[in-house]
Amino acid sequence: MSRIGVFVCHCGENISRTVDVEQVAKAAGEIPGVAFSCDYKYMCSDPGQTLLKKAVAEHKLDGVLVAACSPRMHEKTFRKAAEAAGLNPYLCEMANIREHCSWVHEDRDMATAKAKDIVKLMVERVRKGKSLAPITVPVTKRALVIGGGIAGIQAALDIADAGHRVVLVEREPSIGGHMAQLSETFPTLDCSQCIMTPKMVDVANHPNITLFTYSEIEKVDGYIGNFQVTVKHKARSVDESKCTGCGICMTKCPKKKIPNEFDQGHGMRPAIYVPFPQAVPNTPVIDRENCTMFQSGKCGVCAKVCGPGAVDYEQKDTFTVEDVGAIVVATGFKLYTIDRKPEGSPIQGYGEFGYGTIPDIIDGMTFERLASASGPTGGKILRPSDGKEPKQVVFIQCVGSRAREKGISYCSKVCCMYTAKHTMLYHHKVHDGQAYVFFMDARTPGKGYDEFWRRAVEEEEAVYIRGMVSRMYQRGDKIVVMGSDIQVGVQVEIEADLVVLATAVQPQDGADLLAQKLGISYDKYNFYSEAHAKLKPVECATAGIYLAGACQGPKDIPDTVSQASAAAAKVMTLFAKDKLERDPVVAKVNEKYCVGCFACKKVCAYGAIEEKEIRDRQGNLIKKVAYVNPGVCGGCGTCQATCPSKSIELDGYTDEQIMAMIEAL
Amino acid sequence: MHAATKQHDFEPKIVAFVCTWCTYAGADLAGTSRMQYPPNVRVLKFPCTGRIDPVFILRAFQKGADGVLVSGCHPGDCHYMAGNFHARRRFAAFRALLDFVGVDLNRLQFSWVSAAEGGKWVDVVTELTERVRTMGPMPEFKELEHEEQWSGAINTPELKEAYDSIG
Ligand SMILES: Cc1cc2nc3c(=O)[nH]c(=O)nc-3n(C[C@H](O)[C@H](O)[C@H](O)COP(=O)(O)OP(=O)(O)OC[C@H]3O[C@@H](n4cnc5c(N)ncnc54)[C@H](O)[C@@H]3O)c2cc1C
Ligand code: SF4
Ligand code: SF4
Repeated sequence: MSRIGVFVCHCGENISRTVDVEQVAKAAGEIPGVAFSCDYKYMCSDPGQTLLKKAVAEHKLDGVLVAACSPRMHEKTFRKAAEAAGLNPYLCEMANIREHCSWVHEDRDMATAKAKDIVKLMVERVRKGKSLAPITVPVTKRALVIGGGIAGIQAALDIADAGHRVVLVEREPSIGGHMAQLSETFPTLDCSQCIMTPKMVDVANHPNITLFTYSEIEKVDGYIGNFQVTVKHKARSVDESKCTGCGICMTKCPKKKIPNEFDQGHGMRPAIYVPFPQAVPNTPVIDRENCTMFQSGKCGVCAKVCGPGAVDYEQKDTFTVEDVGAIVVATGFKLYTIDRKPEGSPIQGYGEFGYGTIPDIIDGMTFERLASASGPTGGKILRPSDGKEPKQVVFIQCVGSRAREKGISYCSKVCCMYTAKHTMLYHHKVHDGQAYVFFMDARTPGKGYDEFWRRAVEEEEAVYIRGMVSRMYQRGDKIVVMGSDIQVGVQVEIEADLVVLATAVQPQDGADLLAQKLGISYDKYNFYSEAHAKLKPVECATAGIYLAGACQGPKDIPDTVSQASAAAAKVMTLFAKDKLERDPVVAKVNEKYCVGCFACKKVCAYGAIEEKEIRDRQGNLIKKVAYVNPGVCGGCGTCQATCPSKSIELDGYTDEQIMAMIEAL
Repeated sequence: MHAATKQHDFEPKIVAFVCTWCTYAGADLAGTSRMQYPPNVRVLKFPCTGRIDPVFILRAFQKGADGVLVSGCHPGDCHYMAGNFHARRRFAAFRALLDFVGVDLNRLQFSWVSAAEGGKWVDVVTELTERVRTMGPMPEFKELEHEEQWSGAINTPELKEAYDSIG
C-alpha cells in the first residue's frame, strides 16, 4: 500500500489539549507511503467523515488511518466511511491517541512524541493490510434463556410472543426465582404471587417455549447465530411425561421434616416435593440426599401410591444438545450470608451480629416468607425461636453492602426500599408493634419510591435511626442491639424481639463457572459485565449473548423486567436477519506449506480445524492438511503462533503486519 | 507541565503486547478514568495473547525495546476460551530460554489485566517502566541487530565458506 491517508483528530480538546495534533499530522505526512495527512476537530462528525471520503477520492488513497479515540469506540464508524468512499473497510485502521495517550499523560512533548510513534506503528499496519471479504453465516432463530426468575420469564415470553422458539433452562425444580418468594412488592404493595404466577403459567403453556427445569448448562459451543448448547437434565426421579401433578406422593412420603428452601428453611417439606404449591411445572422431584429409598434402599412409598407410575428411582441425568442463535443470561442473585466467612472468599462475615447462632436474627427474604400468606406462618409475623409475635423489631440496612472493609463496596439497591416495605407490612400486621431501622442513607430513586419511603416513616411510624450497629447479643428472650445514632450523637441500645438484616445482593453461586462456559466476562464480584455501561447495557462483549436482571447487578423488579424486555428486543433484532455478517478475522491455511502435523488442531478451542485430504487427479492421497472452517473459527490466532511450519495465518493479524509494526518501533 | 512530572536521564522504551478484549480494554478504561502513567509504553494489539509468537518479543528487544510486557485476560476469562492458557504455557518455556541465554527476566513481564482493571494496567506499566529505568538500556540484542549475520547477510568469510560448501 503506497497511498495512505492519515487523519488526526482533536476530539474537541480531548486530544489536542495534551497532544500537538498539527505536529502529529505533519510527522505522519513524512512517513514514506503516506500520500495525505491532516488534522481535524471532530473526525467522527459528519463533516469529519466527509473529509475522509473526499480525501480518499481526491488523493486516490488505498488505505486510511484515523488517529483518534479507541477503535473500540469508532472503528466501525470509520470503516463504514471508508467503505462508502470505495475502500475495503479492513484497509481502515485507528490509532488510539486518546485513551492510550492524551488522557493518560500530562507532559505535552512526551505525549506528542508517543502519539507520533503510535501513528507510525499503525501506518505500517495499514500498509501491510489486506482487503477482506465479510463472512456470512446463517442464524438459527431459536433462543436460549438461562434462569427462570422474573427476568428469564419476561425475556422468554417476549421472544416467544414475537413468534420465535425459546428454550428456558432453570436449575431449580420450578421457575419463579426470588420474586415468587416475595410477599408484597414495593412500591405498590401488590401481592407478588398474584402478579407472578400467571406469568409462570403462561411460560408453561406457551407453544413456542420449551421449559427445562432442574436442568443446567453443561457446555456451550459455537458463536452468534449458531450456538450448540449441551443441557444437563438432572434426574428428577419422576417421569415428567407421566406425572399428572396430583401430589399424592408428597402427602404419603414418610420423610416430612426437611427444611424447605423456598421458605428459607422455616417450613417443612417431604423428600418428594415441589418447592411451593404454585410451582411450574408442578411435577415433584425427589431430593435424593434426604430420601430413605436412596439412602437405605427401603421405603418406595411414593412409587407404590403413584397412580400413573411416574416415580422412577432408576432415572439418570440426561443430556440434550440445543441449537440456538442467541442466549439470554438471567441467573439472578443470592443473598449474602453473614454468619460464616465463605472459604477462600475475601468477604469478612459479621460474626459480631450473631446471625446463624441467634435464631431471631433473620434476613430480609425470611421476613418476606413470614409475611407471605402462603408462608410457613400463614402470613403472621411470628418469630422463629418461640413462635411469639414480636413487639419490637429492629431492621438493619446495608449489611454487607457498601462496606468496603467487609469486602463488598457496592450498594445492593433494593434494601432501602424493601426494608421500608417490611416496616409497613409489620405495622399492618402487628398494630401495637414498633419498628426501628438502622440505616446509613435512604436511597429511593425510582418512580413513586421516595413517596413510599416517606409513607413508612411519616404514616406507618417506623423509627429511622441513622447509624450503624456494632454488636448484638441475646439477653433472656430479647436481642440487645447496640448501635449509634450519628444524627443525635448518642449510643443507642434497643431490646428487640426480632432483628431483620438487609443483607447484600450477590451473584448466584457458580456465576463465574457459567460465565466461563459462555465465554462472557464478569466483574470482581462475579456480576456479569455488559458491553458498555451506558450504551450497551444488555449486550455482552461476546456477540449473541445478552443479560437480564440481577445477574448483571442488583436490581428491583421494574428494572429487571425492563432489561429483560430489552434483551428480548435485541434477540428479535438479531432474528430479523436470515444471515449474519461477521468479522472476517479468521485463520487460513497455506496448503502448500502445511505438513499436516495438526498442532493447530490441538490448540484450537473452537474445534474449527479439520483434516483435509489432498489428492492427485487419480485420487491418490498426497497429504493431509489442516482446513479452518471460517464459520467456526473464533479468530484468536493461537493456531498461528503454534504452527511450527508457519503455514496458518490469521487475517487481520498476519506475521507480516505485526513484524512491520515491530520494525517501526 | 505538571509539577509531578520529573525529567529523567533515561527514558526506557517499553513495548506492550496485549489482547484486545481484556488488557487493551483495561488500558482504555485507564484512559476514560483519566489515570496517569509514564508515556514510555507502546501498545501492540492482538486478538488474543494466544496469537503472540515469542519471536515478536525477541524482535522487539532487537528493535530497541528495553522492556516488554505481555498481558491478556485472566486465566479462565479468555474471550477465546483458552488462548491465554496456551500463551501461558508457551511463555513459561520461552522465559526459561531467555533466562538461559542471559536476558535479565526483569525486563520481560507477563500479567493479566482485565477490561475492568484500569488501575492495574497503570500499576503494571508504571512498575515495569520504573524498574527498567533503574536497570538502564538493554544493549545485548541491539548489538546483535548490528552484526550482519543476524540480519541475514552472509558476507563474513566463515559464513560465506560454509554457505558455499552447501552450494
Ligand atoms: C428481601 C427482598 C425483597 C425484595 N422486594 C422487592 C420488592 O418488593 N419489589 C421489587 O421490585 N423488588 C424486590 N426485590 C428484588 C427482586 O427480588 C429482584 O429484582 C428480582 O428477583 C430479580 O429477578 P431475576 O430474575 O433477575 O433473579 P432471580 O429472582 O434470582 O432469578 C434467577 C433464576 O435463575 C435461576 N438460576 C440461577 N443460576 C442458574 C444456572 N446456572 N442455570 C439455570 N438457572 C439458574 C435461579 O434458580 C432463579 O430461578 C427484593 C429482593 C429481596 C432480596
Ligand atoms: S422413596 Fe420414600 S422417602 Fe423417598 S420420596 Fe419416595 S416415599 Fe419419600
Ligand atoms: S484462529 Fe486458529 S486457533 Fe483460533 S479459532 Fe481460528 S482456527 Fe482456532
